[in-house]
Amino acid sequence: MIALLMRDLQLAVRAGGGFGLGLAFFLIVTVLVPFGVGPETGLLSRIAPGVLWIGALLACLLSLDRILALDWEDGSLDLLATAPLPMEGIVSVKALAHWITTGLPLVLAAPALGVLLSLPVEGYLWVVVSLAVGTPALSVIGTFGAALTVGLKRGGLLLSLLVLPLYVPTLIFGAEVARRGAEGLAVQTPLLMLAGISFGAVALLPFASAAVLRVNLR
Amino acid sequence: MSIWEYANPVKFIRTTDKLMPWLSVAAIVCLVGGLIWGFFFTPDDYRQGSTVKIIYLHVPSALMAINAWLMMLLASLIWIVRRHHVSALAARAAAPVGATMTVIALATGAIWGQPMWGTWWAWDPRLTSFLILFLFYLGYMALWSAIENDDTAADLTSILCLVGSVFALLSRYAVNFWNQGLHQGASLSLDAEENVADVFWFPLLVCIAGFVLLFIALVFLRTQTEIRARRARALLARERST
Repeated sequence: MIALLMRDLQLAVRAGGGFGLGLAFFLIVTVLVPFGVGPETGLLSRIAPGVLWIGALLACLLSLDRILALDWEDGSLDLLATAPLPMEGIVSVKALAHWITTGLPLVLAAPALGVLLSLPVEGYLWVVVSLAVGTPALSVIGTFGAALTVGLKRGGLLLSLLVLPLYVPTLIFGAEVARRGAEGLAVQTPLLMLAGISFGAVALLPFASAAVLRVNLR
Repeated sequence: MSIWEYANPVKFIRTTDKLMPWLSVAAIVCLVGGLIWGFFFTPDDYRQGSTVKIIYLHVPSALMAINAWLMMLLASLIWIVRRHHVSALAARAAAPVGATMTVIALATGAIWGQPMWGTWWAWDPRLTSFLILFLFYLGYMALWSAIENDDTAADLTSILCLVGSVFALLSRYAVNFWNQGLHQGASLSLDAEENVADVFWFPLLVCIAGFVLLFIALVFLRTQTEIRARRARALLARERST
């Protein structure tokens, strides 16, 4: 499992593009928002938590089809399927690698981009916390979507259509934590719900992803 | 004699062929009767005026939008457990009907909302969760049409239906939470069982029965079509190979 994780991480870093692309996309989305809604500080600081969350979500979405598609094309997914590692383990590792290469950098970059959106001071901590808690769910749900569409020629658009509705609860609770944090309100309830969704998705969805992947490799 | 006999496509088609005329006629009678009764022979509401009559389209379609998804969930489970092709095809057949019901519910809701709330759309929990349900229908149908192999498509969509059900339910409650957190919801707590007087309630029941019958008839029809199309494809393939 660790070998697979290391391999995925190295591929992501070395293959060129895969690693920094999500981050760059996050930056561009955040930069574009003030152009769209105008530069007033008050408005920006009010929508900053939501914009950061949507940017992170889109950046996650962008890199989903790379989770499995490359391995599917060169056949290494078939090799992995015949390996002693159970399929559930493979998809979990894939999701973990995706989180480390996409989710984690987003979490770390969020405060810097918060400056651009004049996020209130109280908000930084909670934006980081909510993204740190919520992005694993995004990665795991995204892996499920990637497993569903792995065999398709033009799966990219379909992948978005399938995955975005599944992202709704995570986005609602994540953005709520960030928003309440930025406004100095109590964040406990949405944070617990967000953590519940994250843990639930991490615990249960790999089984669904593995079942789907087995069907696709049949 | 068990219900699984109807998993045999031939038996299914033979039985539904016999049922179809009855179902269709009953659906038409209920719908036409219920709507005419509702539109012309019930009094106007003392506050809402005649706009209340859109309830006869709105409530049944909203009901069927959710029940269609439940039926797809059940059919998907049967497909996963017992692998009856008719069940997978029935789930596939129900999806566009359910999506249409969702659109009808949303559209009539908007038309009703305009005079009542002064807005076509509000980010009310119920409205929002119906929109999300519609997105789920779209994704489900898109996945069916994207995959060429029928069995693979049936497997993948049934798993998507199961996972989607969980997330749709989650969204329903998340949306409730989100709206309370953001702003006061529009006052849409029209719980029909409590608020509606008998004079509106009975035609509404007839309309609901009509929508249920219509849904069953449409799903039967579409499932038959799918079975026949698949049979035609199999025959063509056999002809080509010889």
